[in-house]
Amino acid sequence: MKILTKWLRAYLPGLPVDDARLAEDLTLRGIAVEGIYDLGSGNGSGNGSLFEMDITTNRVDAMNHYGVAREAAAIYGLALPVLDFALPEFRPTAKPFSVRIEAEDACGRFTARVLRGVTIGPSRDWFAGAEVATYFGLLEQKQISNAVDATNFAWIAMGQPTHVFDLDKIEGGIVVRRARKGERVKTLDGVERTLDPEDLIIADHLKPLGLAGVMGGWDSMITTETKNVLVEAAWFDPVAVRRTARRHGLHTDASHRFERGADFNAGHVASALVSSILLANGGWIEGDLVDARVPALEARTANRKPVELKLSEVRRILGATVDAEGITAATVEGVLIALGCGLATCGGAALDNAAWLVTLPSWRLDLEREIDLIEEVARVYGYNRFANTLPAFGEGVRALPWAAQESEVRRTLLAAGFHEAIGSTFCSAAEAALTAPQPGLAVPLGNPLSEEAGVLRPSPVAGMLAMIAGNLHRDVSDVRLFELGTVFSGTTEKVDERPALSFGAVGTLPEQGALHAARAIEFHDVKGVVEQVVGRFHARAVLFDHFPAEAGLTPEWLHPYRAARVVVDGMTAGWFGQLHPRVAAERKLKDPVLLGELYLDRLYKLPLRQPIAREISRFQPVRRDFSLVLDVSITWEKIDQAVAGLRIPELVEWRAREVFRDAKLGAGEYALLLGATFQAADRTLREEELQEFQSRVVEAVGKVGARLRS
Amino acid sequence: MNIEIPNLTAFDEAALDSAFVQLERQARAAAAALDNEAAVDGFKLQWLGRKQGLLNEISGRWLKAAPGEAKKLLGVRFNALKAVVETLLDEALGAGPTDAALAREAIDITLPGTRRLMGAEHPITRTLNEIVSVFAALGYSVGVGPEVETDYYNFESMNFPPGHPARDTQDTLVVAGQERRPQRDRLLMRTHTSPVQMRTMESQPPPVRIVIPGKVHRNDAADATHSPIFHQVEGLCVDTNITFSDLKGTLDHAMKVLFGSAVKTRFFPSFFPFTEPSADVQISCIFCGGKGCRKCKNSGWIELLGCGMVDPAVFAFAAEKQPAYDPKKISGFAFGMGVERIAMMKYGISEIGSLFAGDMRFLGQFA
Repeated sequence: MKILTKWLRAYLPGLPVDDARLAEDLTLRGIAVEGIYDLGSGNGSGNGSLFEMDITTNRVDAMNHYGVAREAAAIYGLALPVLDFALPEFRPTAKPFSVRIEAEDACGRFTARVLRGVTIGPSRDWFAGAEVATYFGLLEQKQISNAVDATNFAWIAMGQPTHVFDLDKIEGGIVVRRARKGERVKTLDGVERTLDPEDLIIADHLKPLGLAGVMGGWDSMITTETKNVLVEAAWFDPVAVRRTARRHGLHTDASHRFERGADFNAGHVASALVSSILLANGGWIEGDLVDARVPALEARTANRKPVELKLSEVRRILGATVDAEGITAATVEGVLIALGCGLATCGGAALDNAAWLVTLPSWRLDLEREIDLIEEVARVYGYNRFANTLPAFGEGVRALPWAAQESEVRRTLLAAGFHEAIGSTFCSAAEAALTAPQPGLAVPLGNPLSEEAGVLRPSPVAGMLAMIAGNLHRDVSDVRLFELGTVFSGTTEKVDERPALSFGAVGTLPEQGALHAARAIEFHDVKGVVEQVVGRFHARAVLFDHFPAEAGLTPEWLHPYRAARVVVDGMTAGWFGQLHPRVAAERKLKDPVLLGELYLDRLYKLPLRQPIAREISRFQPVRRDFSLVLDVSITWEKIDQAVAGLRIPELVEWRAREVFRDAKLGAGEYALLLGATFQAADRTLREEELQEFQSRVVEAVGKVGARLRS
Repeated sequence: MNIEIPNLTAFDEAALDSAFVQLERQARAAAAALDNEAAVDGFKLQWLGRKQGLLNEISGRWLKAAPGEAKKLLGVRFNALKAVVETLLDEALGAGPTDAALAREAIDITLPGTRRLMGAEHPITRTLNEIVSVFAALGYSVGVGPEVETDYYNFESMNFPPGHPARDTQDTLVVAGQERRPQRDRLLMRTHTSPVQMRTMESQPPPVRIVIPGKVHRNDAADATHSPIFHQVEGLCVDTNITFSDLKGTLDHAMKVLFGSAVKTRFFPSFFPFTEPSADVQISCIFCGGKGCRKCKNSGWIELLGCGMVDPAVFAFAAEKQPAYDPKKISGFAFGMGVERIAMMKYGISEIGSLFAGDMRFLGQFA
């Protein structure tokens, strides 16, 4: 919205500040001036400035020149003249124009004025200083005809929507009512509309004329042939106008204002303003203003019950000011009276007991309660005149129950060289079907951003895959990403949210240097990361397993022979592995992608592992390697379990040091170098003991099919 | 180095001196040339070897040949030479490899170091944690709530009545199939973190001091500064005697911790259905210090957050479950800030979309 300072100064000749300062003062009081454009003050023209305003939706009353002038008057303590437009005497008529409000819930007031013998043509300036041409020129508002200009002028001046009908097209009189089923009207935008029985309309005795508070009708509009007009200025209920406008997909200046609450008492003033502009081209008024009112709605707007305001409450909410004096009774009175409130003292005599019964202005439907008045006091007094104080410290601070766990998971992945990413909350239905841990529980959106984002993600894997593909398609070949986010499952009646971790890697290990060849990331690198993440938690048992392809238990997005399930204390805690080559091909990904998901809600049920220090033996450890040959069907897990089953306390550690295939071995065989460390806490191990341990190890692994390499 | 032991013909003091000085000089020269472990071993064998060592040869040849009265003179000098040789050997052993030997092991230290690449925390996580810790230090606990909310928590209890025009400003993504359900139960993607205010108040009586970080969604077209997915941090403080000046002081302090102690704050009136009075907060431009620059559109100020005193209507909704939220007895303030905007400002990010694309090159900058 645009505001001319020249126009403001016409209302407030005593404005004591320049335009820049005025803009700043208005902005700091919530009447925000976003831009100031100098219109030139040379040649003694004094055009002043144009303010580009950004006014919050609750302050429709200030979205016009008179409303802004009222705010300025309050800031500087000036008197604002009452708007009044003198009209010539009307000619009496035997038959006053008929107005009937049938929709008494939705139309509070309807004023109608009949002008006869008017000439539709270019508008003339009609009183000294209030120049349609000048103001419209500065606002770059096109002049169209006196009828259109008059309603535009009333809108820009005082924010009151008005409408002008060709009186000769109205049959009988005006009825404000709900539409009847099947009724139609062609609106000013040329659109033929079928009306809904809920629509609030202006009709004559035979037909609909227009959508009340939204848009006038085509058939009763002013043309160059028009000789007699009816000037309408009314008050419509916000909800009724909003519903009608929405149903017809319309948003007009008029609907904007009525939806947010118009001034019940502004209609007759605006009507006079519009009439005076039209009459400048000739014509006369027939009959007195017809002013139909609905008392119930008047009581809800212009005649609201006064609101009690206590000074003590003002101070309780607002607190300390920079000024030692603080908010006084005089401050409250000064502000509220300037804004158009009526104040009647009702408190005790002591200054601190001051209280008032406040009558609310008809144009401020946003003011309803004591707190609304307190806000007005703070606003006009100036927010920045309040002190900066701190409340007393409250209770102990509580972190989220899983904050420490989440931070450990994040720390572990960061240390493993994975960057944290944030992916989309949504995915396509196909992606949901591919990645959901429980099929059929994906939740669709009613108004998705796009088809690709039609469903709440049941797994973070789809988003991870998209981000990995994005990197590869941009020729970023080394990718290591993780995301900690929410996943969703359930129905459109009830949606469950769970925390989940996704991770993905392609390319080489996170090492950068000139001296060693980069090594490609493999399944077991990612498995190592998973082991480390799970290892942060205090679990009794962690294992990795997989299922035969025909069992159909492996997620479809994983390579059936390069995937593992993570099982923690008997619960499935996630899946990871190599992306299924079919899925990779569909996404044109050539390099093998490793990725996975961990169900954090399950991990978070476990406490974090609490490190417990153990005594480190002073006695020398002895390392022994066993070079084994095995059939490929014998997995490490079998060897591991065989060694563990020995339960030799002195066998403190064992692991697979190296796994390799060798041409010298039989077909279907591989070699495994098993490294074992023996150590006692209380003595140096003797050679005979070691010999015995070794033969027990050889015997145990022999039972599961391993033989010593000779 | 080949060293010959000459035959001694005279055994007077002068002749002995001259012979031993010559030997000592040779020993020192030989020791100086020792440049590796093998050479040191050779020196030891050459001089001190039990059978073929030079000292053994001297004692064998010279001592035997010396007349009785000269044996003592020769013995003194022999022992002195032996001491010198042993000292030289000790020195050679202790010195380790020579410089020349070390030079052969030279490497190019200008090659870049081998780096174990670390992952980078997401700039949003980093900013969120920073904001949360500022308020934790002021006594605020952390709360969260669901991303799929009901109409009641997201709108109605935040004082957006059904049909209220303020609902238009937040284009809402809704869960499918809600049309037949009562308005208050309809599910939607929360458009702000404010519903957690209500969830928190319903679950505990005052006092409340809580910050709520979280992801929110709006049906917004994406551009350089708008994303349908973004994050907010909400704050709520409710107690007896919480005032607007407390709100000002709290946010002024928080902004100074987040952006530097020189930062100034400025409050002006705004409108949010769930607060009254409501305010927008600007901070003095962190790029130009308030002088005016491109980043602050020459205003010297940057708009950063919205806040206000909790509207009594919101307390009334909370009081349905926790009667202690009586707006006549308690008061409170709430604030909310967009995390992306703050992160973008702090880290010089120009496209909001880059925060959600997972591009390794972008994310790697925050390691």
